[in-house]
Amino acid sequence: MTLGFYPGCSLKGSSREYAESVLAVAQAFDINIEEIKDWNCCGATAAHNINKELSLALPARILSLAEKQGLIEIVVPCAACYSRLTVTKHELSENPELRHTVTEANGLDYNGTVEVLNIIQMLNKYVTPNLEGHVVKPFDHKVACYYGCYLVRPHEILKFDREEDPQSMDELMIKAGAKPIDWAFKTECCGAGLSVSRTSSVGRLSGKIIGDAIDRGAEVMIVACPMCHSNLDMRRGSINSYLGMKVDIPVLYVTQALGLAVGLDRKALGLQRHFVKVNV
Amino acid sequence: MSGENSHLEPSGLGGNILEHTEVKVSHCYQCGKCSAGCPLSVEMDYPPSVIMRMLQTGNPELEEKVLRSFSIWVCLTCEMCFARCPMSIDIPKMMDFLREKSMKEKKANPRAKEIIAFHRSFLDTIRYTGRLYEIGLLAGYKTRTLKILDDMELAPKMIKRGKLNIFPELIKDRAGVASIFRKTIKKNKN
Repeated sequence: MTLGFYPGCSLKGSSREYAESVLAVAQAFDINIEEIKDWNCCGATAAHNINKELSLALPARILSLAEKQGLIEIVVPCAACYSRLTVTKHELSENPELRHTVTEANGLDYNGTVEVLNIIQMLNKYVTPNLEGHVVKPFDHKVACYYGCYLVRPHEILKFDREEDPQSMDELMIKAGAKPIDWAFKTECCGAGLSVSRTSSVGRLSGKIIGDAIDRGAEVMIVACPMCHSNLDMRRGSINSYLGMKVDIPVLYVTQALGLAVGLDRKALGLQRHFVKVNV
Repeated sequence: MSGENSHLEPSGLGGNILEHTEVKVSHCYQCGKCSAGCPLSVEMDYPPSVIMRMLQTGNPELEEKVLRSFSIWVCLTCEMCFARCPMSIDIPKMMDFLREKSMKEKKANPRAKEIIAFHRSFLDTIRYTGRLYEIGLLAGYKTRTLKILDDMELAPKMIKRGKLNIFPELIKDRAGVASIFRKTIKKNKN
């Protein structure tokens, strides 16, 4: 079977290594991945902050294209895109009037048939069942699994894991040989959309997250969202200023940690692209 | 307008909110969990629970203050307030509505200039290319805010790591995406 793939903009640019590691893991587990053709940006925070119809029409175009391509299931590794696509599916199924407005604006058929999977759901469906024999280099580190906002909220719509203190990524990392820590900032916001316009807010919010993880003995941060990654990794300067010390804990995508555990090449997983050196 | 308590909703902004989002401001009993959990409340002029109370009063002056507040723009829609609300009030959905209304009525708080400039520059790149073009976003943002030197040290580091595309990724059906913008956001302009 073919699994559709919506990379989203970050995975083609500032989070290229997330795409590389997703595809490397998929290849290692013989998952047949097909990118949605001519996909557009989901609109992210900017669209829903400014115009509701636009914020639904952009993700709806992506879902329509996936349908047209004959895909029945797509993986959306970016937690923010995953949330926008899932919220759109929900809104359009609940509200026929909105659905009419949106399909009219897009000029494309929309049936709402495509299943949207986040990265953890995809891994649990296609990788975890075959993982045991594949772990050649257990990821033997104390890890802080950081879920952020959009992987788990709004829970009423996403219905994935628990909205606070979720467990799915922790369980996955245990299977990869890691020791997840118990900590308080699993689903606190990193500052995401304010990264450029209010960098100091991001330093404070992300600083608290890194600070708690370190206080509780974490050696590695594990993430599943490109915005969480870029704030925790690329904004380390602002984080260090907030914390008043230099912290060098690396931030890995869940697919990078998993990739290392199953013996994939570090370069194929894009570890060299991080700002904070990956010394694990 | 539906639901057993709709007659208790104020007719003004609270009524608009109910009509467009189905969020009932009257359901808030001021427990304050949203403000306690909000990661941005310390940077807000009115924390979320106070916004709820202002809307409950139905007082036009307070409603005006809500639309002109900084709070609605610094809200990141992290959804923590909704997750913790004992009355399951969808505050983030209400915030989206308030932002759109504040913008349409040209009441956006001046302190939100950078935040809005970022959103607009972000949407501009999508309108023209179909996808986010990070350099275009930063150029647009810097032009709008005159924050020319911010983040200059990041770009070369990103390019070195292959994290910044010099050229935009152009989708084929750019006309289709531009048309979506015309039929949604442009339709409501002014």
